[in-house]
Amino acid sequence: MKSAPFDYSKPKSVHQAIALLQQYGDDARILAGGQTLIATLNMRLSEPSLVIDISGLDELRGISLEGDFVRIGAMATHTEIEDSDLIKEFAPLLSTAAPYIAHRAIRNRGTWGGSIAYADPAAEWPTCLLALNGSVRLLGPNGERIIAVDDFFTGLYTTAIEPDEILISCDIPIAKSSHWYAFEELARRHGDYAIVGMAASANKEGDRLGQPRIVLLGVDTTPVRATKTEALLDGKRITEEVIAQAEACLRTEIDPLPDLTNSPDTKRHLAAVLLKRILSSAQSKTENNCE
Amino acid sequence: MSDLYPITLIINGNKHTAHVEPRMHLVDFLRENIGLKGSHLGCEHGVCGACTVELNGQIVRGCLTLAVQADGALVNTIEGPSESGVLEDLRSAFIRRNALQCGFCTSGILMAAKELVEQMPHATRSQVRDWISGNYCRCTGYHAIVDAICDVLTARKGL
Repeated sequence: MKSAPFDYSKPKSVHQAIALLQQYGDDARILAGGQTLIATLNMRLSEPSLVIDISGLDELRGISLEGDFVRIGAMATHTEIEDSDLIKEFAPLLSTAAPYIAHRAIRNRGTWGGSIAYADPAAEWPTCLLALNGSVRLLGPNGERIIAVDDFFTGLYTTAIEPDEILISCDIPIAKSSHWYAFEELARRHGDYAIVGMAASANKEGDRLGQPRIVLLGVDTTPVRATKTEALLDGKRITEEVIAQAEACLRTEIDPLPDLTNSPDTKRHLAAVLLKRILSSAQSKTENNCE
Repeated sequence: MSDLYPITLIINGNKHTAHVEPRMHLVDFLRENIGLKGSHLGCEHGVCGACTVELNGQIVRGCLTLAVQADGALVNTIEGPSESGVLEDLRSAFIRRNALQCGFCTSGILMAAKELVEQMPHATRSQVRDWISGNYCRCTGYHAIVDAICDVLTARKGL
């Protein structure tokens, strides 16, 4: 189908973009890479009167090292993240997860900021950001706000971003030598929407995982941490017995939403399968470890 | 009716200037305004890959890119010259391997395969399958397509 008509503006500064958001309110949509927005426009699921193209804003670009953080600009594409040496070294979970996102033609256009702001509960980046305990930088008429990721995803496709704010970048704590991470996802076909996925990070000392963050995609209205399973694993030696306990804990902890083809029970089972896979990877001494 | 928006872009090496509706996507622009009918439209919501074109050297979904977003860009389509010769090699291999039947998906798959051959010259068969998983073919069952792309990868390794 073809999109309904809309007006188009390509602001030259973030402040200009914010002014347009204030003026048009809910009648405006921000266009970053467009890999979700243009599909919804073409299907007429969305009919804004104004599309604000933020691809001309230089301050939203790039991936950089800022002290103890990796800063990912809102307009960084999935491909830029996938191919970035900085990301491989300091946020390797993202390098591992990137190939799971759709297909190369879509990764060439789709953006980090678009994915975080859209907050699809089955998307990879929101889940990774939560697993890496990052933060989100927003700019609005009253200046800049920084929101911890634990407070950012508030509901289905809903975030802490105010209607007149723009996501500028995200900061992710850099991976130390003890950083352990894992990403697993199940889909019917490569690049399809995930049925269930899991991103995890921890401080690994020997075969113990400290302060693990275990995050699921595709089971709830937002990416969700399995906090009880995290608490069970914290500081424990990862043995077959502990893995079995963690699987049992996860099964009771989550209450997955069904999708068109998968029941809550199927998803609960698959989530436990993924947990077993990632914890088994933590057992083998060096794999996925930065050391 | 929204205002028309002026754009200038280079398509297959030729400069074009036009005024377009903001809602017009890149492949409608290429087909209707420029007359380049090689890029096809299947689903128009980013699933099938028939609309794959190159924007500033990278493959994109032409149906998920607005013509106004291509203002100032370099666009290459299946009709364009392939300086690396990859597109020619792929065309020959597709014919040799009978890797097309109706041909609707072929221009998109050739554009996607071109980026693969150029960027991952050592791709395995499994990586080829992953790479073209973003392009639907409803005739061939993909085996001949994967064979053809693998032929080109193997032949070019010997260059």
